[in-house]
Amino acid sequence: MFESVLVANRGEIARRIIRTVRQMGLRAIAVHSEADAGLPFVREADEAVPIGPAHPAQSYLDIGKVLDAARRTGARAVHPGYGFLSESPAFARAVVEAGLTWIGPAPEAIERMGDKINARNLMQEAGVPVAAGTREPVAGAGRAAEAAAAIGYPVMVKTAGGGGGIGMSVARDEAGLVKAYEAAARAAARFAGDGDGAGVLLERYIERARHVEVQILGLADGTVVALGERDCSVQRRHQKVVEESPSPGLTPELRERMLAAAVRAGEAVGYRGAGTVECLVDTEAQDFVFLEMNTRLQVEHPVTELVTGHDLVRAQLLIAAGEAVPPVAEPPGGHAIEFRVYAEDPKRFLPGPGRIEVWKEPEGEGVRVDSGYEAGNTVTPFYDPLLAKLCVHGPTREAALARAREALAAFVIEGPKNNLPFCAELLDRPEFAGGDYDTGLVERMRSR
Amino acid sequence: MAEVRAEMVANVWKVVAQEGDTVDEGDTLVILESMKMEIPVLAEEPGVVAQLKVAEGDVVQEGDLIAVIDE
Repeated sequence: MFESVLVANRGEIARRIIRTVRQMGLRAIAVHSEADAGLPFVREADEAVPIGPAHPAQSYLDIGKVLDAARRTGARAVHPGYGFLSESPAFARAVVEAGLTWIGPAPEAIERMGDKINARNLMQEAGVPVAAGTREPVAGAGRAAEAAAAIGYPVMVKTAGGGGGIGMSVARDEAGLVKAYEAAARAAARFAGDGDGAGVLLERYIERARHVEVQILGLADGTVVALGERDCSVQRRHQKVVEESPSPGLTPELRERMLAAAVRAGEAVGYRGAGTVECLVDTEAQDFVFLEMNTRLQVEHPVTELVTGHDLVRAQLLIAAGEAVPPVAEPPGGHAIEFRVYAEDPKRFLPGPGRIEVWKEPEGEGVRVDSGYEAGNTVTPFYDPLLAKLCVHGPTREAALARAREALAAFVIEGPKNNLPFCAELLDRPEFAGGDYDTGLVERMRSR
Repeated sequence: MAEVRAEMVANVWKVVAQEGDTVDEGDTLVILESMKMEIPVLAEEPGVVAQLKVAEGDVVQEGDLIAVIDE
């Protein structure tokens, strides 16, 4: 095992990775921008290196600065977290070329899965079902309109390189399609980490679908295992807000098919480490299609940890070091739910950065909070709005929901706007409480 | 005269309108960026852009003046 890990990220995920790194007796090294100097993850690391101004391009996305910090601190391995450089094959390669251990899949696997068009084609060849859609980048709004007519409306328009819902939208007719295409093309040009993901793709949009993903682990001996699924159908602007495991919308037979397909997907790219195979589930038809594969740790990994008993960061480190991941003697099972606490207003979901005056986290049995901030910190507009993840676990979904209700009521944040009231509202929504919901749920809650 | 102010802390990503432009209700004046989200700032009524107080790359605070529209 390497003796130290540099965490090339910020906020809650940097803090969560640092916790496991230190528990394993390894040295944890943080890097941070000027804006983040006062955040808990900087203090909790064994060492912290400032790497530049607040703007991500000048700090967290600057490969040269991150590697320079690794060299100066004598770091032996690099964990990229999620977002930022986590799915940059160029960064993974640079880490390996610097003689360090990359905690993630091989750069080639990141590359093949990072391009959603390529990934789709590859999955189809591996026998994983995919939605009808374009098989190469769509150049120009005119071509997009032709392709959409062939696929049939409504269509989902998205960037081949992007993630986190950025640049994604649904088009229901040609006028909408032109708008959606232009927004996706603009987002592709702006947010692509490597500047090479400027493609746009179109896929048939499934109405009333659930978004269900499978956690896989590619082990050091080359085998791929599935660690259950997560239902991420509570979304606003195509970004997840709440995730739960197991999914309330799958029959055992469908679950089994999805887990097997996810293992095949991982095997098709010789996958090593933690990865997530995202699918859309048509609950009426009890069928699914492959959406994309995320070649990194997922934001919502805690729900899998709570029901399987695995520490996924520990598993990632063991695999990167070529060691076996020991089985969990007594998996806890039950049901886990994660609520993403965002700095945004609970009605329109518009960003609300600001200084945190009061921060009081809930605690107790079956409650886990992964947070990136504390009282006195300022939430800046430079990064994503995730403040914390409130996770609850119980023997049944009903028990988990009851814990969620109490925990949400006990969570106090004053200062920035936040979506805790939205989470409470969601719990009172019969569709969510009953488990019979789909990705249109939040939109329905906000239309009158 | 109508004042257009920032609803939140944000970076000015793009300045779309110029001083002297004639705008309609709903036209985009500038596009802000906050927390990885683009937020267009729109003219709330038709008129002429009398003042434009921000430049691309600026950081605006909640309540900061972005533009003044003369009816």
